[in-house]
Amino acid sequence: MTPSKTDSSVDGSVAIEAINITKIFGSGADEVRALDDVSVTIRENEFFTLLGPSGCGKTTLLRLIAGFEHPTAGQILLSGSAIGHLPPFQRPVNTVFQNYALFPHMTVAQNIAFGLEMQGKPRAEIDDTVKQMLLLVRMQALAERQTSQLSGGQQQRVALARALAPRPNVLLLDEPLSALDLKLRKEMQIELKRLQHETGITFIFVTHDQEEALTMSDRVAVMNEGKIRQIGTPREIYDHPGERFVAHFIGETNFVEGELISANGSTGQVRLTSGAEVPASLPAERVAPGRVSLVIRPEHAELTENPDAGVFQGQIDNVVYFGTDTHYYLHLDDGTPFMVRLQNQRDEVSTFARGSRAGVTVKGNAAQVLLD
Amino acid sequence: MAVFSIVLLYGPLIVMAFFSFNESRSVTLFTGFSWTWYQQAAGNERVQEAALLSLQIALVATIVATTVATMAGLATTRTKSFKALPVVYAIINQPLMVPEIVTAVGTLVFFGIIKQVTGVYGLGYLMLAHIVFCIPFAYMPIRARLEDMDLTYEHAAADLYATPWLAFKRVTFPLMLPGILAGAMLSFVISLDDVIISLLVAGPGETTLPIWMIGQLRRGLTPEVNAISTVLLGVTVLVVSLVFLLTIRKR
Ligand SMILES: Nc1ncnc2c1ncn2[C@@H]1O[C@H](COP(=O)(O)OP(=O)(O)O)[C@@H](O)[C@H]1O
Ligand SMILES: [Mg+2]
Repeated sequence: MTPSKTDSSVDGSVAIEAINITKIFGSGADEVRALDDVSVTIRENEFFTLLGPSGCGKTTLLRLIAGFEHPTAGQILLSGSAIGHLPPFQRPVNTVFQNYALFPHMTVAQNIAFGLEMQGKPRAEIDDTVKQMLLLVRMQALAERQTSQLSGGQQQRVALARALAPRPNVLLLDEPLSALDLKLRKEMQIELKRLQHETGITFIFVTHDQEEALTMSDRVAVMNEGKIRQIGTPREIYDHPGERFVAHFIGETNFVEGELISANGSTGQVRLTSGAEVPASLPAERVAPGRVSLVIRPEHAELTENPDAGVFQGQIDNVVYFGTDTHYYLHLDDGTPFMVRLQNQRDEVSTFARGSRAGVTVKGNAAQVLLD
Repeated sequence: MAVFSIVLLYGPLIVMAFFSFNESRSVTLFTGFSWTWYQQAAGNERVQEAALLSLQIALVATIVATTVATMAGLATTRTKSFKALPVVYAIINQPLMVPEIVTAVGTLVFFGIIKQVTGVYGLGYLMLAHIVFCIPFAYMPIRARLEDMDLTYEHAAADLYATPWLAFKRVTFPLMLPGILAGAMLSFVISLDDVIISLLVAGPGETTLPIWMIGQLRRGLTPEVNAISTVLLGVTVLVVSLVFLLTIRKR
């Protein structure tokens, strides 16, 4: 697999398709380009995540899908048909809002029933569905509670149940876990995966937490400054970041310079500043031979005791012990900082001490050439 | 100083209320407790007529002013904000700033012209005047309430298939109701207590309770007026307390 910015090769039925979406707020000097020519296709039953730093346009994209904003240019298709003319209340899409927005004048059960009532479902069916939903989010005991008497985690569950009850085609979740503490967040991550699996509903999940995105998603779109920088499975995004921003935003990364001397489809050969050559993965867009930047993940490199062996040589500046593994901070002979992460073995005494010289080897073609 | 102010503020009211229960006519010497003056006021046909008229006007003014203020509140907080908004706020709140006597004279002149042109007379003018000066009082708590209310509730309702009307009925209205009730009650007491505008705008025979009381006072202080004032005071205190309870933030 090679990294790509557009995903034309989507198989399975399509739930949502955004085509060349641009959204501009304000005008003149105050103009904000919240989304800039964004195209993305989201499959049915997919757990799809929009990942990016605050202000990159994630919420705006959700609001366009829900119908609270209208695109400046481009269109959105839902199951293949354009929905641009539909007001929010006619779109078979539900949202879990960032602050939950539970109706304060209704009980838990009334909140969950609201969507079904608005759809005009018969009372018996509504009561049935509400019961199912309470069961699904494990809130049966609190059905008659006022929402102001719920904890953050419980409010979260009610918001989920309320949005799932009308069985939308797509569920939009805007940073639903960001208000929860770490332990509860981990619990809800598992809970969300379970709910998505049990309901089979397409989830579009927004987060700025890269770890959350990697652990929960079927696919991730990495966004920055109103643009989608890369779309792929968590593995693709992590192992084959297409550009510096993506590599930097997700996980810990080493950047090194080199020269691309040959390219053959998705792999190539790069000569490093040390003179050594390594095989490397290439991005989908063609990269011309010449100077390139490379990404090497810290766990894809190893140290050699022979300080002249390996593809790089350098000096160890710092050694940090983390229990499961140890991080070695080096500076290479050309001055580039470089980090190597090695798994710890029981009772093993590391021979790589601070201040000593070491060689660095790179596993397989773990090196990835960047577009920029 | 604070104590002095409080004494000056509430002292007269307490003295007034106290002597309204006096057995004799004296307002300086308390001779014994009795309901005499209340009974006499309640039995006075003039008082009955004036009270009825005041209540009628206050009721109509409250209903219309609160409805208008509710719509104005929705328009100024729930529609896309536009540049003229501060101007709209200023226009709605203007009557609160202009001296009441000025508004009264203006209204008198204006209504005089309309009466001459159309030849239509009647209670409608007095009611209209009350409606108009009640609107800003009804508007204040309604707008405050709407500004406190997060827009995401209405978005959530729309997201859950509520048409704009149903979203209003099921979510916006119940949530803004405390503000509406507070606005209505404020309007009610403001209309009930009004003197200056009523005095100038009222046509012949349109004697509201405060106008009747002023007429009485010209002839000297009577315990009867004292008693009526105490009742009005009671109503005002009750309503203001309710407004306070409704507008203090829950949560
Ligand atoms: N209603 C709006 N008016 C003006 N600017 C907006 C509006 N909504 C969002 N923006 C701007 O658009 C950009 C993207 O915002 P948003 O989609 O909320 O980002 P994210 O959810 O990724 O943090 C930001 O610069 C934000 O300030
Ligand atoms: Mg956001």
